[in-house]
Amino acid sequence: MWSLIKTIWNVFLHSFHKRVTIQYPEEKPYLAPRSRARIILSRDPDGGERCVACYLCAIACPVDCIALQATEDKDERRYPEFFRINFSRCIFCGYCEEACPTYAIQLTPDFEMAEYNRQNLVYEKEDLLIDGPGKYPGYNYWRVSGARIGGKDKGEAENEAPPVDLRSLMP
Amino acid sequence: MTSPYPIVAIAGILIVALSLAALLIWLERRLLALWQDRYGPNRVGPFGLLQVVADMIKIFAKEDWIPPFADKGVFVIAPAIIMVTVLLSFAVVPFSPGIIVVDLNIALLFFLGMSSLGVYSIVLAGWASDNKYSLLGGLRAAAQMISYEVFMSLSLMGVVLLAGSFSLSAIVEAQKRLWFVVPQFLGFLLFLIAGVAEARRSPFDLPEADSELVAGFHSEYSGMKFGMFFVGEYLGVILISSMITVLFFGGWLGPWLPPVVWFLIKMFAFICFFILLRASLPRLRFDQLMSWGWKVMLPLALLNLIVTGAVVVAWQ
Repeated sequence: MWSLIKTIWNVFLHSFHKRVTIQYPEEKPYLAPRSRARIILSRDPDGGERCVACYLCAIACPVDCIALQATEDKDERRYPEFFRINFSRCIFCGYCEEACPTYAIQLTPDFEMAEYNRQNLVYEKEDLLIDGPGKYPGYNYWRVSGARIGGKDKGEAENEAPPVDLRSLMP
Repeated sequence: MTSPYPIVAIAGILIVALSLAALLIWLERRLLALWQDRYGPNRVGPFGLLQVVADMIKIFAKEDWIPPFADKGVFVIAPAIIMVTVLLSFAVVPFSPGIIVVDLNIALLFFLGMSSLGVYSIVLAGWASDNKYSLLGGLRAAAQMISYEVFMSLSLMGVVLLAGSFSLSAIVEAQKRLWFVVPQFLGFLLFLIAGVAEARRSPFDLPEADSELVAGFHSEYSGMKFGMFFVGEYLGVILISSMITVLFFGGWLGPWLPPVVWFLIKMFAFICFFILLRASLPRLRFDQLMSWGWKVMLPLALLNLIVTGAVVVAWQ
């Protein structure tokens, strides 16, 4: 019986506590930079597309909301011909970001993307691409990878030793 | 002391009681939110007051559906019974010397009888829905009412002994020197507990018990029929609060302010206390409720009655 009265009193004392609600449209909550919402495609510091159209994000996606088509430019750099994310299906799990080998696809804290028309939730590549490097400044996949492209041969990447000549018998 | 224009009093009490009941929906949500460190409805109108209007429009626009397996006649009449019995009880509540519909000399008995009749609404609703959860809710309501009616009336007999009358205005007049809450403190506690059970409010909301019985007796109800159960429940809260005010806290008596204002202030405090109970206490288990009613409350009520009677006899 005493504990009941104490409970009632303690609940009553909450009249004088601060309310925890954040009045959302007027008052924005703090969102951590790593929180997962709208998906973007980032560019490397030189302004080139980071995406190499490897399809890993599309394969990792549990709801199959990512569609893309790979192609190559004149320097033999792979890039997506189109890149489409259907946000009406996306569950913002972040698996695409984890799967991406080039930090191209990233989730951002922006979540205000409601639409009246479902069709408007299908984002094309020009909607997804941003101008900056996103969460990873200074990273350029083509400059550190061993892959050969026009203007950069094997062994010319940063911290990469020149390729071994397999036909030489020298130790 | 009956009002000179009964029709005016009837219309006034009806309008005030019904709009208060509607406002209670808003008040309850705001207060529960306050005690849970939230805001509650605060978007529609000033302080979210127009939420009531929005809810009303919504509930009127809802499909009023009667399930094909239900017993139609009983299903329709059940929500009306609770409204009728509760509103009839308001006829005898003396809000202030002039504002009372009818000043019966057995007003207290009338109130007890009407509040007992109210349980038919719940039982019939549970029965007519032909749904096991509704039936369980109705069953619980019946058992709860039987357990709580008994000591509810007994707990009031002490007040009747002290005032020497069943008339509610006479009971209020008898409290001119001392509110009955002082000599009848045990009776007050018993009536408070029985009143919460009578209004089927948490922690005695077993007939509804959302977490076990979907919504108990009104699972199958929708639209305005559900609305009538809802308004009936809040009217019950207002009724029990006004009865506590009349019987134990001197009704309209109080200095400076007009009598009806005093009445409303006291009533409002008890309504808030009912909501506070809902915010803080968990629902009782069924057997706990029954054994409390019969093994603790009933003997206490009898003891209270015997001691009060002895004191009154010794005084004379």
